[in-house]
Amino acid sequence: MCNDMEEKKLYTLLVYSENIAGILNQITAVFTRRQVNIESLNVSASSIPGVHKYTITAWSDEDQILKITRQIEKKIDVVKANYFTDEQLFIRESGLYKLSTPMVLENPEISRTIRRFQANIIEVNPTYTIVQMHGVTEDIISLFRALDTFGCVLQYTRSGRIAVTRGMQEQVSQFLEERENG
Amino acid sequence: MQALKAEGVKTIFGYPGGSIMPVYDALYDYTRGNKKAFDHILVRHEQAATHAAEGYARVSGEVGVALVTSGPGATNTLTGVADAMLDSTPIVVIAGQVPIGALGTDAFQEVDLVGLAQPISKWSYQIRHAEDIAWAVSRAFYIARSGRPGPVVLDFPKNAQLEMVEFEPEKVNFIRSYVAYPKLDPEAVRKAAELINNAKKPLALVGQGVELGNAQNELRAFLEKADIPAGRTMLGLSALPSTHPLNVGMLGMHGNYAPNIKEQECDVLIAIGMRFSDRVTGNTKTYAKQAKVIHLDIDHSEIDKNVKTDVAVIADCKESLPAITALLQKGNHQEWRDSFKPLMEKEHDKVIEPAIHPKEGPLLMGEVVNAVAEATNGDAVLVTDVGQNQLFATRYFKYPNKRSICTSGGLGTMGFGMPAAIGATFGAPGRTVVSFSGDGGFQMCIEELGTIMEQQAPVKMILMNNNYLGNVRQWQDMFWKRRKSFTRMHNPNYELIAQGYSIPYQAVVDRKDLKAAIEKMLATDGPYILECAILEDDDVLPMTPPGMNVDDMLLEINV
Repeated sequence: MCNDMEEKKLYTLLVYSENIAGILNQITAVFTRRQVNIESLNVSASSIPGVHKYTITAWSDEDQILKITRQIEKKIDVVKANYFTDEQLFIRESGLYKLSTPMVLENPEISRTIRRFQANIIEVNPTYTIVQMHGVTEDIISLFRALDTFGCVLQYTRSGRIAVTRGMQEQVSQFLEERENG
Repeated sequence: MQALKAEGVKTIFGYPGGSIMPVYDALYDYTRGNKKAFDHILVRHEQAATHAAEGYARVSGEVGVALVTSGPGATNTLTGVADAMLDSTPIVVIAGQVPIGALGTDAFQEVDLVGLAQPISKWSYQIRHAEDIAWAVSRAFYIARSGRPGPVVLDFPKNAQLEMVEFEPEKVNFIRSYVAYPKLDPEAVRKAAELINNAKKPLALVGQGVELGNAQNELRAFLEKADIPAGRTMLGLSALPSTHPLNVGMLGMHGNYAPNIKEQECDVLIAIGMRFSDRVTGNTKTYAKQAKVIHLDIDHSEIDKNVKTDVAVIADCKESLPAITALLQKGNHQEWRDSFKPLMEKEHDKVIEPAIHPKEGPLLMGEVVNAVAEATNGDAVLVTDVGQNQLFATRYFKYPNKRSICTSGGLGTMGFGMPAAIGATFGAPGRTVVSFSGDGGFQMCIEELGTIMEQQAPVKMILMNNNYLGNVRQWQDMFWKRRKSFTRMHNPNYELIAQGYSIPYQAVVDRKDLKAAIEKMLATDGPYILECAILEDDDVLPMTPPGMNVDDMLLEINV
C-alpha cells in the first residue's frame, strides 16, 4: 500500500544463469509473487559458454527491486543478478514497422519521417514495406506515433530491451573465475 | 539405491504407487537380508512422509528423505516441501513420474511436479535418464544440506527408473552458480565488533541459524564475552539453554514480555541466524527504530528484507561468531541486564504463575506443558502441532540441550506434529519425544496413528483437548466480537480411536491426576496418548496483537 506511493522507476535487471530448463520460470515467479509486471524480457546466450543472459525491465521502487534481485540470485542455478537504472547502461531496442507500400509511395512525408528517425527500409514489395529501427524505447515509439498519423502502419512490434553495463568491471566472468579457482 | 546409500541415507519415509514401483522393487532387497541398507517407514499419507522427514532432519541434522509416487502422491508432499522451505529444513523428496514419453499428455497420475515445486523448494529437478541419477541425487543432497538448508524435489520418470546403467558414484560438493558459504568480509566483522563494543544496551536475537550452523558453543562464547542478553525465536529456542543466565526468553507475538519490550529500548540489536519474521517484529515501521541493527545470516536475500540493517555479516555463523568474538572487549552490562528483571517478574506474576500453577477450575495448557517439562527433566525433544498447543508448549517447555525443538514455525502447518514426532523418534532414537497437539491438529494427520502402531514409534502424544480450534477461537473473542465462526469442534471418542490402534491411552480431567498420568506415560514403552481436558477458553498470553508495535504486548485481555 505504502510502497505503491513511493516513486517508481524503470529498472533493468541483468541476470546470468546456467543453461538449464525451467530457470525462466523460476525468475519470473519472483516477480509474480510480488505482483510486479515485467515490462520487457530478453533471453539469449551470453559471451560465457553455457551461461544465459536475461535482460528484464520492470517498474518498481528501489527497496522492492533490491529484494527481487536478491531472491532471483538465490536460485541455485542463477549465477548473478544485478539491477540498474538507465544511466548505468547502454540500452538498445529494435522496432519493426510494416507499412502499406502504396501509401508510402503516395505520401513522400512518410519516407522523410523514416529518414529523419534514421530508420532503415529493409524490404519493399508492391504490398508492404518493412522498416527497422534501433534505439531507445522513446525513439522507437515516437517513430511509430509519427508513422501512425499517416495511417500507413499495417503491423508494428518492439523488441525487449538489451543492455550492457557502463562499468569497467566484467562482474560475471570474474565471479565465475574466482569460483572455479576456489 | 546405491546413490542414496552413497549419501549416507539410513531412513526413508515413503508410500508406494504406480510410478515409483521400480524403485520400491529395488528397495525390497535393500531393506532386508545382507543387502540391507535402509529402514523404510511406511506412512499413511504422503504429506506425513514429508513432515516425518522434517522431524527426522530437525533433531538429527541429517537430510530427511521422503519417497512417493507421481500425481496425488507428489502433490500431497507439497505442504511439507513448503513447510521445509520456510523453516530451512533439509529434506529430499523423490517422487515417481510418468515416463518421459508420456509427459505433457495428461497421462494417468501425471502432474508437473517440478513446475509446482519450484517456487517452494530450494531446488527441483527431473531425472530424465538413469545416467543422471548419481549426479542428480548427490547434487540434491548437497543443495539440501549446505548453506541455508532447504527442501529439494527430485521428479523421477519411470523410464529412468527402469533403465539399467552401471552405477558410477558421483560426489557433488561444488556448484559454480551457488555460493553455499559466503566468504566472511573482515570489514563487516570489524564494524559489527565496533558497534557491539560501543553498545550500552545490546540485545541479541538468536534464531535457528545457530542450530543449523551447529554454532551453539560459538554463540555462548560470543554472548558471554560481551555480556549480551539474548532472546530466542521459536525455532531457535534450543540454540541457547533455557537456564543460561543471558537467556531472556522467547521473542515474538506470544513470546516473553521482557525481550519484546526491550527490543524497543536497546541501542544495538544483533540478529543471529534469524529472519525478522512478522511474528517476531510486529509492525516493522516502528520496530527497533532506535537501534543500530547487525544482521548475521548465511542468506544474502534475508538482509534488509524485513528490517533495515546497519551492518550485515553474510556468512555461516559458525565462522562469523568467533570472528566477531575475537574482536570484542570483555563487556559488562549488568545494569542493562538487570533492567529486564522487573519485566520478567511482571510477566511471571501476571501470566506465567497463573498459567502453570492454577489453583482451581479445569486444566490449563500451560500447567500440562510445565508438568511434562518437569517430568522429563528437559531431556526430551519437544514436537508441537500448530496453534495454542504450540504457543503454550514452546513457552513453557525447557531446553537444556541443542536440537530439542521441532515445530512448524514459518508455514504454521496444522497436522505437522504427529508425523514430525514419528520422524523425530527415528532421528533421535535415544531421546524421549513428546508431542503436544490440540484436538484440531491431532485430527489433521490422525491417520499416522497407523504408522505409530506399526512401528511402535515411541511418541508420547499429549492431546490438549478444549473442543475448540483454540487459537482462532481466541482471536474471534479478541478481535471478531466473540463470533465463534466454525471453531467449535465436535470431537470423536479418542479413547476408542486409541484402542483401535492398540495405543495405550489415558485421560486426565482432574488436576490432581496430572502428575501421575504423565509419569505413567513416560514409564510406558512405545507410543502413548494422554488426553487432557482443557479449559475451553484458555487464552495464550502475553500477546502482541497482529500488526501492532512489538511493545504493545498485552499481559491480559481486557474485554
